[in-house]
Formats: sequence, structure tokens, C-alpha cells
Amino acid sequence: MKKYLPHIIFAGLCVVPLMDLSSYIMHILILVLMWSVIGMAWNILGGYTGQVSFGHAAFFGFGAYTAGILYYHLGISAWWGIPACVVILTALSLVVGYICLRLRGAYFALATLALGEICRVTTENLVDFTQGNMGIMIRERTWVDKTWYFYIILFIAAGTFLLIKIVMESKLGYYFVAIREDQDAAESLGIDTTFYKTISLCLSGVLTGIAGAFFMNYMGYIDPGVVFPLYDISITTVMVVMVGGAATYWGPVVGAVIMVFLAEEIRSLPYIGAAHMTIFGVILILIILFVPNGLVGDYRRLLKPFKHKKEASS
Amino acid sequence: MEQLELFLQTLIAGFMLGGLYALIGLGMALVMGVMRVINLAHGDFMMIAMYIAYWLFTLFDIDPYLSVFIAAPALFLFGLAIQKYLLTPVMKVESILPHNLVILTVGLAMVFSNLATVFFTGDYRSTPVSYASNAWYLTDFWSESPIELSLSMPWTLSFVLAVVITIGLWIFLTKTDMGKSIRATSQDVDAALLMGVNVNRVRMMTFGIGMILVAAAGCLFIPIYYLYPALGRQFTNVGFVITVIGGMGSTNGAVIGGLILGIFESMTATYIGMGWAPAGRFAIFVAALVFLPGGIASLIRKGRLGK
Repeated sequence: MKKYLPHIIFAGLCVVPLMDLSSYIMHILILVLMWSVIGMAWNILGGYTGQVSFGHAAFFGFGAYTAGILYYHLGISAWWGIPACVVILTALSLVVGYICLRLRGAYFALATLALGEICRVTTENLVDFTQGNMGIMIRERTWVDKTWYFYIILFIAAGTFLLIKIVMESKLGYYFVAIREDQDAAESLGIDTTFYKTISLCLSGVLTGIAGAFFMNYMGYIDPGVVFPLYDISITTVMVVMVGGAATYWGPVVGAVIMVFLAEEIRSLPYIGAAHMTIFGVILILIILFVPNGLVGDYRRLLKPFKHKKEASS
Repeated sequence: MEQLELFLQTLIAGFMLGGLYALIGLGMALVMGVMRVINLAHGDFMMIAMYIAYWLFTLFDIDPYLSVFIAAPALFLFGLAIQKYLLTPVMKVESILPHNLVILTVGLAMVFSNLATVFFTGDYRSTPVSYASNAWYLTDFWSESPIELSLSMPWTLSFVLAVVITIGLWIFLTKTDMGKSIRATSQDVDAALLMGVNVNRVRMMTFGIGMILVAAAGCLFIPIYYLYPALGRQFTNVGFVITVIGGMGSTNGAVIGGLILGIFESMTATYIGMGWAPAGRFAIFVAALVFLPGGIASLIRKGRLGK
């Protein structure tokens, strides 16, 4: 049963558009799937390889701007952004990886944090190329209806899930986990840690970029404040994974479901809506304190008090 | 001649900015050295101090420079509480992700900046002190001087006070027992433990002192800057860039790093454009990562060992 869970969920999601749901619910589902892709992508790097990134907005925004600039300057469909950003984000990841994955400790976290800011400042200032704060808008949307957007992001999400499963069950995945657990030990076993960390970053960056390119096509408008913010994208990505559970297949998906619904609910509340960042911050702190491995990672521990009440009390 | 004037004026402005940046960087470097944690809420603590100074000025007409004596102890206690009830428990939590504490500080930053927006609105605020536009001119002292340079009074005051606080910290770190324990812990936690240093207490004190430094920086910044809730991010970035330029956890490095960053930023603002000043900040950060990953501390160490 558990083995076929992905298939069942995928099949279930395939028939969702046939149910004639409201446009708003479809929008939420599309966002959930998009955030699962970003979360899964972050999870490769942060969860499995242990390199925490605070700047996934940079990869996301790069993907979105690749699509946007292709449309704006070359006049071709923004959907070409998805294949194009594979190339561009690999290049970006290689550069970032070369600069900061040689170093250990907090350098990578800080460098990615800076990367997000660098991207934002640069896009704001390169007005001729990126339109600066005016942003880029796609004037003719591909579809008015959300069905096809849903199927596209569904296939991207399914592809990401499959790719991660394949990677993590191959040698590569074991290298990643070895690097996370003990870099010195990994190195002494002959694993070129910098190289494999860079590969992990490339995978993660490209997948996030694809989600970004999709976002450009779906939303039809981007500006630096929408795609490069620290809290709304980078930290939300970290939260998606931490809520769900780092280094688990289902963690980012569960996290995306919870975070997107929570964000929508909190923002629509009167008065409290303005304080949604506070609530997110408090949730983040509580998760770190009490469920450090996320809902999926710690679910056995979380269920314990319900299953064995006597054991728990003793 | 005008070019030279502009250059010297930029240099002076950068040097003063650097002195204040050094204060921010010092607090972060101390915490980094002892706790191995980059405090990404550092700038937001500074934002809190600035709001304290702002409200003291607006409501009670207390000079921002005097409010150091109120903001610093307040943030010290606040820092101790955060360290005791949040950071220490998280240190004991077992998890897969290695940077739990850093993520925790990000959560704190989110809470602080958002709460400030909710309570104080997003308005830009400043403390219009009476001496804000006073300045000293070079021609006042040397009338035949070929070039004209000026020193703004609040900038100079802030800079001098920053230097005084930095010297005070240096004396504290080198002469007192607590200071020595802090340096010992930052060099080697296990060895410090074996030498009978109460590491937990040292950690709390260090976090508290970091908060004092950042509170002081906030109070020194408010007469010359403006204040809004999201301001913390910018200064957190300044702090960690300095920490990396200076070498993780090195206090000497942080002072030099602060000065370098201040001068570099003011140069980019003058010669490239105001909008690019933050980009200049990160350019120097990337340069430090590529060419000098150990930071200035590694240069100092090399010089001392004579290798």
C-alpha cells in the first residue's frame, strides 16, 4: 500500500481538474504543487546534503527572470524559459558552488543569503535589461483557464519527486548523505565533497529555477520584490521543508500543503493578517524547538503519546 | 582639486561609517566566536534599540546619545532572556539540519521586524536633534587651505563614541577575567571547559555583550540615519559581511573589516551610484570568500607567526 502511495496521489491529482473546482481552489492547488517543487529542490541540498541555503529566492527569481527576459527581449513564448533556465541555473550553481562550497561551516548559508540580496539589488538597478522595479509582464496569457497550468506543474512536481527518488537511491544519494553526516569521513572514503556538493546545488538550483519559470508563466507578472524577497520566498522555502521534515520524500509536500493553506488563511483574517510574519516566525521557532525533524520526520515520536499512553507517562 | 576634495570627503565619510559598522560587526563576531552561530537577528535587535532611542527622544526629549545608557541595559537583559529560553534549549535539540540555531535567529528576525511594523507602522522616522546640521569646516581652522572639507557634528560624535566603546570592549576582553574566559571559549570550547570556565555563563554573557554593542550602535546611528521596521535586515547583512571579511569570530578582524566595508561602500555610493551601495557590500563579501576565506584574522595570524 505504502509503496503505491505516490501513484495513488498522482492519479488522484490527475482527476482533480475534472471536478470543476472554483478558480481559487485551483490556484491554491497550483501554489501547493509549486511550493512542493521548491521544497523538494531545497531538500536535496539542505536536507540530504546538509548545506542549508537561505537564498533559494535567487534560483527561483533567476528562473522567473530567464523566462521573463526571453519573452520581453526576444519575443518568444515564456515557456521556453523552462528549458533555458536549466542551462542558466546550472551555470549559476557552478559559479556559486565554486565560490562557497569549498568552504565549510556557515559560509554557504551566508553566501546564499547574500546571493538573494545581490540578485534583488542587481535586477532593481539594471533597468534597461530587467525593467527594474517596474517588473516584466506577459501581456498575452497562454490560457485563461487554470487546468493546463495545473497539469504542467503537476508533471513538474511528479518529475521532481521521481528524480529525487532515483537520485537518492543511487550512489549519488548516498554520497550526499555521507557528506551531511560527516564531511571528513566522506572525504577520507574518497568522496570529492566539493564536487558532490556542487552537483547537489546544481540539481537543487535547476529544479527551483524551473518552478520560477513556471511562476512567471502562471502569474504573468514579476518584479524584484515578488521573486527575490528573503522572507516570502527563501525563508518560506526553509519553512516548507522544516514543517514537513528535512531529508524525507514526503516532507516538502506535506510542508507545502500546510504552509500554503496557513498563509492563505492567516492573510485573509482581519487584524491578524498584517502580523502573518510574526505567526510564521513563531511557528518556525516552535518547530525548531519541539519538532526539529518536521511532521514527517518526527511523526512516530508525535504519535507516541496517543499509541502508548502508559509508556509515555512512565 | 575638486576631484581630490570629493575623494577625501568620501574617504572621511566612509571611515566614520566604518567605525559605526565595526561596532555592529564586533557584536556579531563575538557571538559567532563563542557560540558558533551567525545571529541573523542582529540587525533587528539594533532596530529595537533604535526604536527605544526614538521613543525616548520623542516622548521624554532624551538625547539619543544618552539613551545608550537605557537601551543597552534593556537589550542586555533581553539578550540574556533569549539566550536562556530559546538558544540554549535549541542547542540541545537533536536534528538533521545542522544550522538550527541560525534558522532560529531568522525566525526571531521575522517576528521582530513584523511586530515593529504592526505596532509602529512602516513610517520612516528620525530624531531631529538640534545639532543635526552643525558641522566643522576645514577653512574655519586653516583659512588658506586649498581644499574644503567638512565634518558633520553628529557623525563625528557617533564615530568618537563608537571608538570609545570599541576601546572599552578591548579593555574588557583583555584585562578582566570574564573577558579572558570569553576569548578562551571562542578559541576552544573544550579546552575552556577543562580550564574551569563556566561555558554556559560565558555564552550568556557574550550574547548579552553582543546586544549591548548592537544597542549602542543603534543609538549612535539614529541621529544620523532614519528608522523603519525592515531596517534590521540591512544591518544584519552589514554585520555578517564584516564577520566574513574579518574572519569568523575574530574581533580585531571585525574592526578592520568594518572600516574597509564603510570606506568601500561610501566609495561605491559616490562613484557608481547610491543604488549600487548594497551591491558593493556584497561584491566585497564575494571577493573575501574567493580570495581570503580566512578573513583578515588569517592575515593577522600569519603576520604574528611570521610564516
